[in-house]
Amino acid sequence: MDWFPLLNSLRIAAISSAVVFFLGIAAAYYIARLPRAVKGALDVLLTLPLVLPPTVVGYLLLLVLGPRRVVGAWALETFALRLTMQWWSAVFAVSIVTFPLMYRTARGAFESFDETLADAGRTLGLPNRWIFWHVRMPCCRQGILAGAVLSFARALGEYGATSMVAGYTPGRTATIATEVYQLWRTGNDALALRWVLVNIAISAVVLLAVNLLERREGRR
Amino acid sequence: MLSVNIHKELEDFTLNVSFETEGGILGLLGASGCGKSMTLKCIAGLETPDRGRIVLGERVLFDSEKRINMSPQRRRVGYLFQQYALFPNMTVRQNLFAAVRRLPQAKRAAAVEEKLRAFRLEGLEPLYPRQLSGGQQQRVALARALAAEPDALLLDEPFSALDSYLRWQTELELGELLRPYAGSVLFVSHDRDEVYRLCRNVCVLADGRSGETLSVRDLMAAPGTVSAALISGCKNFSRVRRVDATHVHCINWGVTLETSQEVSNVCSYAGMRAHDLHIAKGGEPNRFDARVVRVIEDTFSTILMLAPEGGNSLLRMELPKDEWAAMRNPEVVLLGIAPQNVMTLSGEL
Repeated sequence: MDWFPLLNSLRIAAISSAVVFFLGIAAAYYIARLPRAVKGALDVLLTLPLVLPPTVVGYLLLLVLGPRRVVGAWALETFALRLTMQWWSAVFAVSIVTFPLMYRTARGAFESFDETLADAGRTLGLPNRWIFWHVRMPCCRQGILAGAVLSFARALGEYGATSMVAGYTPGRTATIATEVYQLWRTGNDALALRWVLVNIAISAVVLLAVNLLERREGRR
Repeated sequence: MLSVNIHKELEDFTLNVSFETEGGILGLLGASGCGKSMTLKCIAGLETPDRGRIVLGERVLFDSEKRINMSPQRRRVGYLFQQYALFPNMTVRQNLFAAVRRLPQAKRAAAVEEKLRAFRLEGLEPLYPRQLSGGQQQRVALARALAAEPDALLLDEPFSALDSYLRWQTELELGELLRPYAGSVLFVSHDRDEVYRLCRNVCVLADGRSGETLSVRDLMAAPGTVSAALISGCKNFSRVRRVDATHVHCINWGVTLETSQEVSNVCSYAGMRAHDLHIAKGGEPNRFDARVVRVIEDTFSTILMLAPEGGNSLLRMELPKDEWAAMRNPEVVLLGIAPQNVMTLSGEL
């Protein structure tokens, strides 16, 4: 059995989770302090990928990154680099699809944070950056970790947008999700089932990790 | 010295506060929702007033005309929050260390140790805030605020999170712990007794407006305005007509009373405290008859609701239980009030 799809899925999920982790937290932090109207509009925009079919996200991405589209053509011309149909093209797709999960859970955590703690820190002369990393983040840790794990789990399972932007090239862009579809389409049921079991095992481990994490938090 | 003069439009009311304090503890007394906490937040820099000026010692913290608005970090104003706002993810020791980050590295540990000792926190260092009692949390919060060496300290209803027994213990402690502190202290409360015991001077806040700064003794004896008299616990008010410099006619009680307080042209009300009223003996001024309408047994005294002859509103009087018992339920009593206890007030009820 060729393990490339597993490796590819894991690296795509890891990179996009890291990207989404920081972008989601930054968006949650800054958007929480915007005026209500702007907040509402941005909220809709940033949560949209959660409810759109991933194929729609993939289509919209191709409209931008495709070799004959604005960004795609520019990258092709300046760096001789094709932005689609690479293994890392899936990172664009997966990041956009999983972003709302990180953003929303982080925002929920920040909103339940007691602002008087930050106020207390400021009157003690503590820099805002210090307060963010030493008080706000630790107090919101549980929500933020939950968001990170959820977005990682979702990233592992992404199919629709990935298949449109990165396609399916065995040994180059195949992920577990696209591999299962291909194997089933070509009648290789036995191998498809094996990949399904691998996928279930990974997801179970991730969810177990979430539960353990929550139990530890509860005991503290 | 702390001098505050601020104006800020809020959703429900307008904040218009001005006072000055020279060291010692100044009480800011007012009902809940009158703008006390907002005033503290403006001083600490957590909220920005629309107009005004805040000066602490030689430093201008805020001046709307000169466009000065120092960040809370640079103001050096300590703040003790109602719920203490200890960092829940840090131990007592870590909370204190957070406050001494301004000091040079070498001096931090010694400063923390000194505060741990002075605030009797030894043994609590490794505990998290949620493992402490309310009183201990308050000591940690106070130690933390003072560890940052502020030039002024703001106390926002420091006893409101405690039950009544602990409240008294903590009040005794707070008085002790604050004694060595040289800066100005603002003590915000809605409890006139707390303010009376802890503060030398008091400024009354009502509907976002501050009154004159009075000594706490004056607040009780001659509060000057209806709102100050109300917050000081006065129960009996009557509209008045000025008769002369020492007499007012109290319209709601139907009597003319002699007073040793100044009867100015703006005097609109008279006030009498429930426990200043007494059963009159012959020969004293300010006697009048009142019918007993209701008798209410309170915990340690008897409360009488009385209808003065010729008046249209009830008076509340408090007297010792045995004194009332000895009177054998009279229908009418002869009341008296000493002229220095007839408070002349301006403003509206």
